[in-house]
Amino acid sequence: MFQYLIRRLLISIPILLIGSFLLFLLVASAGDPLAALKSKPGVTAAQIHTLSVQLGLDHPVLVRYWNWLTGFVRGDWGVSVALGEAQTPVIDTISSALWITMRLVIGAELIALVLGISVGVFSAVRQYSIFDYIMTSVAFVMFSMPIACVAVVIKGYGIQFNDVLVSLHLKRWLTTAGPPPGGFGNNLGQVIVNYTGTFILPTISLMTISFAAYSRFQRASMLETLNADYVRTARAKGLSASRVLFRHAMRNALIPVSTLFALNIGAIIGGAIITEHVFGWNGMGTVLVSAVTNYDPPTLMGWFAVTATVVVVFNLLSDLLYGILDPRIRLG
Amino acid sequence: MANVTQSTAVGTAAAVRSEFDAKARSQSSIIFGRFVRHRAAMISLGLLLLLVLAAFLVPPLLPYNYQDTSSGGFLKPGGGHLLGTDQLGRDTLAQLLRGTQFSLAIAFTVAISSTVVGVVIGAVAGYLKGFLDNALMRLVDLFLIVPQIALAAILVHAWSSTWWVVSIVLALFNWMSIARITRGEALSLSAREFIEASRAAGAGTWHIVFKHLIPNMVGTITVNATLSVSTAVLTEAALSFIGLGVQLPDTSLGLIVNDNYTQVLLRPWLFWGPFLAIVLISMTISFIGDGLRDAFDPRQTKVRA
Repeated sequence: MFQYLIRRLLISIPILLIGSFLLFLLVASAGDPLAALKSKPGVTAAQIHTLSVQLGLDHPVLVRYWNWLTGFVRGDWGVSVALGEAQTPVIDTISSALWITMRLVIGAELIALVLGISVGVFSAVRQYSIFDYIMTSVAFVMFSMPIACVAVVIKGYGIQFNDVLVSLHLKRWLTTAGPPPGGFGNNLGQVIVNYTGTFILPTISLMTISFAAYSRFQRASMLETLNADYVRTARAKGLSASRVLFRHAMRNALIPVSTLFALNIGAIIGGAIITEHVFGWNGMGTVLVSAVTNYDPPTLMGWFAVTATVVVVFNLLSDLLYGILDPRIRLG
Repeated sequence: MANVTQSTAVGTAAAVRSEFDAKARSQSSIIFGRFVRHRAAMISLGLLLLLVLAAFLVPPLLPYNYQDTSSGGFLKPGGGHLLGTDQLGRDTLAQLLRGTQFSLAIAFTVAISSTVVGVVIGAVAGYLKGFLDNALMRLVDLFLIVPQIALAAILVHAWSSTWWVVSIVLALFNWMSIARITRGEALSLSAREFIEASRAAGAGTWHIVFKHLIPNMVGTITVNATLSVSTAVLTEAALSFIGLGVQLPDTSLGLIVNDNYTQVLLRPWLFWGPFLAIVLISMTISFIGDGLRDAFDPRQTKVRA
């Protein structure tokens, strides 16, 4: 297992290096970081030249990549070149955005996982029941919905719900435009109310697609274990129904879903782009959209490097998890 | 004498054959028959065809062209405008049908081109094994480390926002899963006797890949290509929704959602039209994919009711 881990880590490093180099080329060729400055009236050629030397744009791309890479490893990720961003260090932007996104994504994924597993197990145990048919259709519809529209609808109804609260002379509860700037309040009750009000809508919108995937996966793997020989043996030797269900069938049926969960955390950062855009969260998605529209190479590179690392790490975790959970699989 | 008995025997055999006339059915007609009997898939196919016909045939019949802004903004549904008008006074139904045209064009382009690339790479990697296989699979890993939508956003922003650039960029980051699936299938197929026989007869790599491997994977390829159409519809909608996908003068359902989503409470008809169109396309295509899977692989039947 340890050897396997080391080998996988050693394979990930060149992949990340080559990947980051290709991304660097891609980002470098995608635009001119000084275009916005050049189009401003009253900027002289000398000023532009000074800035391009300052940003190292006069070097060939290989040298620039090497400088970026050595800086990145040391924690110096460069400063934003977008106008209005006033040279914010990229590492600050990205780390605060990553924290916001991860807080949202991990909560949503965990709730989706628990709900998905419960629904999947129940659908498998009561296969072809009304519940099973309803959940199958629900999952199908959820798979087919664009997450943007789901988020917009949820936000719309959230606003309406707030209006109802206001008309009843209560305070607004749901936040539809980003987390509150001043923290969540002082006493515990206030914190709980603000926290749930802030998180509930984006969480629901992020959950839908993951929930559909988890419930379908869990149902399929549960059906497989329920028909397995060892479950029949367990029943035959007189174990209680719940013991067979939870200790024998479900434990083994959890293996595929748990690996899917680890894979999903890495992938969902892409999905969170839309949800953050709709709900106005300053997470990774918002950072990406503004870095692309303002063409800000240092921020883009920081974004890609962090996302790629997260994806690679979670893929590795998912493989390791599989080896730990399933004794039939020997990693080595 | 011997001749006579022989001829009568032949005669009765012919009679028996005509009495129990079992027409030899080809593999493809069996598969087609199974697909036709898959109710959900057939209904979906009908709905999808209706939508396609509507998207391409109805616009000339409408009283308003998609660019016509003469009627005034935000008209309610009814009268000349069945679904009202948007902020600029354009007929919502005309916009919706035009968006459907573009979304379908993008989705099919993405699906076809990413399938071609993925199948060729996967089949070659699985058949040749060894160094090339390793290199191609690391290439797949490389393409998978960053979210597709982020890469697509930066490329579309840098190049141009026409519908075909969006399709090509989406296809560029969408061939990996099909390459993995095809590779697996090619690995197991290339160990079979008929491939070995063909190699012994002196067939070259390309001949084996294109004449023996790929035809034998038609089922898997069709199913995955179908399903990737619905993924493409959803990804394109997401990309255009954040404003980094298709731009005017081209359009798409995602862009229409982006234009109108602020009106979800005040003028819901502006928002629900494109939303339902996206859901309809992606859902019918998923059902068709399911039907095809069941048709190609009879063991799969009834896994999803």
